[in-house]
Amino acid sequence: MPAYKLRVNGKDTTVDSWDPNQPLLYVLRNELDLHGPRFGCGMGQCGACSVLVDGKPAFGCLTPIKQVAGRSITTLEGLGTPEKPHPIQAAFIAEQAAQCGYCSNGMIMQAKALLDKNPKPTVEQVKQGMQGTLCRCGTHTRIIAAIMRASRA
Amino acid sequence: MASTISFSRRDLLKSGSALIVGFTFGAFNAGHASAQNGKASFDGKPVDGAELDSFLVIHPDSTVTVFTGKVDLGTGLRIAVRQMAAEELGLSVAQVDLVEGDSLLTPDQGRTGGSSGLTQGGVGVRQAAATARQLLIDLAAERLKQPAASLILADGSVRPKSGGQGVKIGDLVGGKRLNYKVNTKVAVKDPSAYTVVGKPLPRPDVPGKCTGTSTYVGDLKLPGMLHGRVIRPPAMGAKLESVDESSIAGIPGVRLVRIKDFLGVVAPNEWAAIKAANTLKAKWTEWSGLPTTEQLPKAVREGKIATEQAGVTRGDAPGAMAVAAKRFSGTYYYPYQGHASMSPSCAVADYRNDTLTVWTGSQSTHLFRLIFSESFGLPADKVRFIYLEGSGCYGQNGHEDAAADAAILSRAVGAPVRLQWMRHDEHGWDPKGPPQLLDIRAGIDAKGNLVAWETETWVPVPIAARGTIPLVGFDSAGITQRQGRWPGSVDENLDPPYTTSNVKVSVHRLQDSPLRPGHVRAPGKVANAFAVESMADELAVAAGEDSVAWRLRNLTDPRAVAVLTKAAELIGWQKRVSPNPKAAVGKMLKGRGVSYVRYRGNENYVAMAMEVLVDPATGKIKVERITCGHDCGLVINPDALKNQIEGSIVQTLSKMLYEEVKLNTSRVTSLDWVSYPVLRFPDVPPIEIALIDRPNEPVMGGGEASLPPVGGALANAIFDATGVRLRTVPFTPERVKAALAAAPQPPSRESARL
Repeated sequence: MPAYKLRVNGKDTTVDSWDPNQPLLYVLRNELDLHGPRFGCGMGQCGACSVLVDGKPAFGCLTPIKQVAGRSITTLEGLGTPEKPHPIQAAFIAEQAAQCGYCSNGMIMQAKALLDKNPKPTVEQVKQGMQGTLCRCGTHTRIIAAIMRASRA
Repeated sequence: MASTISFSRRDLLKSGSALIVGFTFGAFNAGHASAQNGKASFDGKPVDGAELDSFLVIHPDSTVTVFTGKVDLGTGLRIAVRQMAAEELGLSVAQVDLVEGDSLLTPDQGRTGGSSGLTQGGVGVRQAAATARQLLIDLAAERLKQPAASLILADGSVRPKSGGQGVKIGDLVGGKRLNYKVNTKVAVKDPSAYTVVGKPLPRPDVPGKCTGTSTYVGDLKLPGMLHGRVIRPPAMGAKLESVDESSIAGIPGVRLVRIKDFLGVVAPNEWAAIKAANTLKAKWTEWSGLPTTEQLPKAVREGKIATEQAGVTRGDAPGAMAVAAKRFSGTYYYPYQGHASMSPSCAVADYRNDTLTVWTGSQSTHLFRLIFSESFGLPADKVRFIYLEGSGCYGQNGHEDAAADAAILSRAVGAPVRLQWMRHDEHGWDPKGPPQLLDIRAGIDAKGNLVAWETETWVPVPIAARGTIPLVGFDSAGITQRQGRWPGSVDENLDPPYTTSNVKVSVHRLQDSPLRPGHVRAPGKVANAFAVESMADELAVAAGEDSVAWRLRNLTDPRAVAVLTKAAELIGWQKRVSPNPKAAVGKMLKGRGVSYVRYRGNENYVAMAMEVLVDPATGKIKVERITCGHDCGLVINPDALKNQIEGSIVQTLSKMLYEEVKLNTSRVTSLDWVSYPVLRFPDVPPIEIALIDRPNEPVMGGGEASLPPVGGALANAIFDATGVRLRTVPFTPERVKAALAAAPQPPSRESARL
């Protein structure tokens, strides 16, 4: 079985994949037990599987494992922990910006990418920048507030 | 049954961030409770609702674990129930742990539906906690040799009110069972003394959700677990003719499971299971038994009537209508809509040695334990359902269907199976909110007073049976199940909440329902209140009155008046008659609308006001602001409640502006987020909510009541902007443009159309 070297959340790791086209999402969840990224649609339409590849946002459900060999991947777990959350995670917690939370991974990872590019966005820029990431419980107003809070942190 | 079961903390093995659950054969797999909770031993714990031990365990360290049959669906129940228990027990919420929806460990408090999480679940726990407080004080009175009346329970100890040495509750109980009945007449704490209830305490699940450390049902990993996928037919009623197993020969470790028309695959590797499900060649019969999206409204109106149900009836509506000075009528249509949960439904099932354990995001673990025991012919005590969070469901989505699929696969292959639906399964097969057709007629007298109201509606007939929504997997595998039907209480909020002496509501119950109808959040009432509030607004305009003033004039309940006044005040409502005489703002048309709903006719009081911009060139609607006045009696946690209200409003905007399940004659065709669009960030307006807390009134649920007012406020705001009433949902740009084109425009709006 082909093996792929990745750097995941700052640690070098090697994973096997029987199929070079296996999406990164399943490797992260099932081989590395990183459950932050989630399966939502498998088509890049909802963002629940979002990760950062070399700091740039990518859909884990559409990214073949062979494409990320040698690359650096950051997942939600790589940002922070409940005890030591990343400022964006801390802002989401402070705003209680989750209901079912299934979209939270996508929201936080896409917010990270957005704030990396534009550290002081307007509310309108946040809305435009986050429009590819879906939430079904209607937590949007809190997510916007959390991203604005993080931008001030 | 209890003697064979044992749980302990050591069964919970943590490996990295993966949750791996210990395993024993014969009885239920030990440690399953820990997958949710991880605390202490609950050996042989009762679940009978009459027993105090069913609801709470007091640990030697004076912390308490509370048990509720209701579950937190991302709704805040997890903190609210802790607050209700902590309040009665004189503890902080940090000292109260919670186990929810485990059929072996929690009392059956009914489905987590109809916004009953707190009214039944929380109130039941509160009663038990208050009973425990009284018991603990009595035990301490004996221990301390002081009269019970001189003692209080606070900070985890019972101590003299006058001060001095107390005794910790953990010491009083000594790790034993309480062996005491819940006192259903127990005095609960006086709200004026509350220190925990009413506080906006943070939800315990949010940090885990924001850091990837919480355990959803899809995160569960059992030793030897296989990943499963199901293959549904391309036409909903099709039968399986043949399967070409060679089509998946190259995919490692895949096993095919075919039972009658049930087709699934399992594999040790999830991607292999997905690839096999996508690749497998199967031949199905042709089938076309559905009306198309375009045919549906007519199919509903002309559908075979099973029963005629009389709704609210007061006075003589037809008689009063006949002599009314002016008569109005409108036909409203609301389409099939799905839950469209963020996660395709997922479940883990372990069916071995005639014992079945299911981990599920189901709202009804106790109920489905019984359904599965019936369908599989297992004794009820050999089936256990354990709740783990799925993604948000808003009624029964695909969670239970996924549980059936997982159990069928696990039984077939003799290994635990994690089964997840794909996106097309969820959008295609989840139980849907049925289409609703409403005819409303109203009459006013010469002074503009409402004198007659008639509502007719066409909705599926309910069929009583355990479970009420047959599961797809059982039907396709030929496994017996009761064939019920339950679209939810779609017959509520069909009459206006305003003073009128002549009302007639007729509910035509349809024999057939093309798709499996389900109950989707505030079932039926989103459409009903949209229609009723649209017509009410039409009457206000006809009476030459301001829409808020007309409503206030026709409301007598001070709680109704309070929420409506609040919503209007927050949005800065200026008194005038609709439509807006100065609607044109550049190329846009601006308007405001209001609505009021008493949820289910006797629950929450909710009023909403909205400002919108309509682009007449594109038909696009932009909601600028929303305000809401909300009264659900006692507020347990104002922040968690506001989160629910905000979510209800945004979700309903999505339903009103975007959502319609599309059908051809064979199947659902809106199978992804492109063909079934939902509201996205740019459409989300600022929302301001005023909670009117009434600590001395009973608590009412907050999960549904603020959906129904959204449609009316939106439609009325669009009328205020454009002079046009939209009566068909969703209000797509095409529909808005067509409605504007069909209507003569007053001069005030012409300028914006140039």
